[in-house]
Amino acid sequence: MMNRGYYGKFGGAFIPEILFATIEELVEGFLDARNSPGFWKEYTDIMSTYSCRPTPLTFAENLTKHFGGARIYIKREDLNHTGAHKLNNVMGQGLLVKRMGKTRVIAETGAGQHGVATATMAAKFGFRCTIYMGEVDVARQRPNVFWMERLGAQVIPVKDGARILKDAINEAFRDWVTNMDDTHYVLGTACGPHPFPEMVSYFQSIIGKEAQRQIVEREGKFPARVYACVGGGSNALGIFSGFLNDPVQLVGVEAGGKGLDTSRHASRLASKDASIGVAQGYKTYFLQDEDGQMKETHSVAAGLDYVGVSPILACLREEGRVRFEAASDREVLEALSLTVKKEGLIPALESAHAFAQAFKEVSDLSADDNILINQSGRGDKDIFTIADAFTDPDWQEFIKKKAKDYRA
Amino acid sequence: MTHIVLGCPSFEDSFRIIETMVKAGVDLMELQMPFSEPIADGPVILRANQQALENGATVQGCFDLAGKVTRAFDIPFLIMSYCNIPYRYGTRRFVSSMATRNLRGAIIPDLPPEEGQEYLNAMKEFDLAPILIFSPTTPIERMKSLAIFARGFIYCIARKGVTGETTAFSDELGVYLSQCRKETSLPLALGFGIKEKADIDFLKGKVEIGVIGSQTIRIMEKKGIDSVGNFIRTLR
Ligand SMILES: Cc1ncc(COP(=O)(O)O)c(C=O)c1O
Repeated sequence: MMNRGYYGKFGGAFIPEILFATIEELVEGFLDARNSPGFWKEYTDIMSTYSCRPTPLTFAENLTKHFGGARIYIKREDLNHTGAHKLNNVMGQGLLVKRMGKTRVIAETGAGQHGVATATMAAKFGFRCTIYMGEVDVARQRPNVFWMERLGAQVIPVKDGARILKDAINEAFRDWVTNMDDTHYVLGTACGPHPFPEMVSYFQSIIGKEAQRQIVEREGKFPARVYACVGGGSNALGIFSGFLNDPVQLVGVEAGGKGLDTSRHASRLASKDASIGVAQGYKTYFLQDEDGQMKETHSVAAGLDYVGVSPILACLREEGRVRFEAASDREVLEALSLTVKKEGLIPALESAHAFAQAFKEVSDLSADDNILINQSGRGDKDIFTIADAFTDPDWQEFIKKKAKDYRA
Repeated sequence: MTHIVLGCPSFEDSFRIIETMVKAGVDLMELQMPFSEPIADGPVILRANQQALENGATVQGCFDLAGKVTRAFDIPFLIMSYCNIPYRYGTRRFVSSMATRNLRGAIIPDLPPEEGQEYLNAMKEFDLAPILIFSPTTPIERMKSLAIFARGFIYCIARKGVTGETTAFSDELGVYLSQCRKETSLPLALGFGIKEKADIDFLKGKVEIGVIGSQTIRIMEKKGIDSVGNFIRTLR
């Protein structure tokens, strides 16, 4: 028997016996696809015709002037179809599902981005689709639920546990152990049992491959630093993978929530509050109590509101290869406002964490340097959440009026 | 064998439930230490886990109760929990604590032997039984290698899915169980979906142990602790 999927002491496959054969099948299916000569091309073809790959690199001239430090570049994953990097992973896994001959996909979703991306892929490929979403997230991301249902997916609100992302993952596993014969679980981030961390990072590496080429073409040198927000870790691993072997400082930014000195955050690698544990099929740092019960987390960004983190990132931290920081809800809203006003770009609340941290540091660097920020998704889709976060009075009036109209 | 979640709804009630079950003739019990992420459990046991945690159940509290019941009742008791509970407690320390309290073994559904070397070593050291699981999707070759690590008995899962759903007690199940029988000399237990005497009758001659999990919790929630004893008597 082999021990697979370890990154340092993190990762593994802590799965119930019933899933063993399914995971084996997936490992084989993934390796077979990855080793077959046409597969990566098939993947990039579909990403360039169905989505907007390669996504552009935008020079943020006004922000650069504003801070007076390094030149700021933004990798535009928000320009993917469905508005986030999530589609990279989902389309890749969709191609795998076709190869494996399965006909149904399931997924968990927090912010709803991964759910919408999966429902979109299912519509395109003709798969049946069920999305599990914590009841709390259903309430805060209603527009995404609307689109998932329009796209033909069944959305099941998860009413157990803390009713957020981790609980949706548990529920998706429960579905999978029942229906694995025709069903593939499209896990949305670089977490969970082997081979998910490796597989998701593989598909997301398309971000880093492009970004590395683009920045070197444009600037003639590597960026001094690359910033990405970290929920489960997929967009971060995607962009970092392009620079792992280069002299580039990699910075992962977690949700600082109300502050690391409160318990209301979701910072596993930047805070001292997390410890190593095993849950949801893998070993990593979790926000848990002494007994090993998972704690409640908080972030203004639903997509970062998660107790665990990619075992690959846990390992990269241990090796000192990636630095982890946290940005608070307040800092994130300020960074979002500034980016909208200065550049006309609207990052998702998740992505705005990367911007916030970069803004804290960019003035320390010289004008000869450049930095790269991954804009993992677009925020205009999340108008309800963002308007809420800004407690915009005119928006609230509009909603009240709308509600009145519906009652009429 | 019956299954309960310790601390649900309280440790006092857990003791009374165990007492009722033992008096009704249960000869082996599986005591689940609650975990916040029980991925192999269906809604009934999942909620029992949550309720226990909400009511303040801790690992130490579970061990205290387990010690009390092994002193009070003369049947073997096993611990069931998810991997993170012993992992956080310290695997060897956890196993040693089980041994001190005269618990006989453990079932950890999310710890396959590939990941469980430390656990298996500790169980051997303290002479406790690591109960391993066969499922209908387990390939024959794998059954053989699982059987090498297993002690006590093999826990055969009746079907795909999680605990608490309906199981078809069919010819297909019979074929699967005779396959399990071929791959191990240990006694077999069958769990997932046993609800009534007809199910137990079907299993006679096929397995040594029938596991009743969600059904007793359901009955307890609906009709109270005392009715659990009556339910168990109807199964004999
Ligand atoms: C736009 C966006 N960015 C980032 C994330 C966080 O996920 P990950 O860390 O896997 O990139 C999400 C998750 O929903 C997201 O929607």
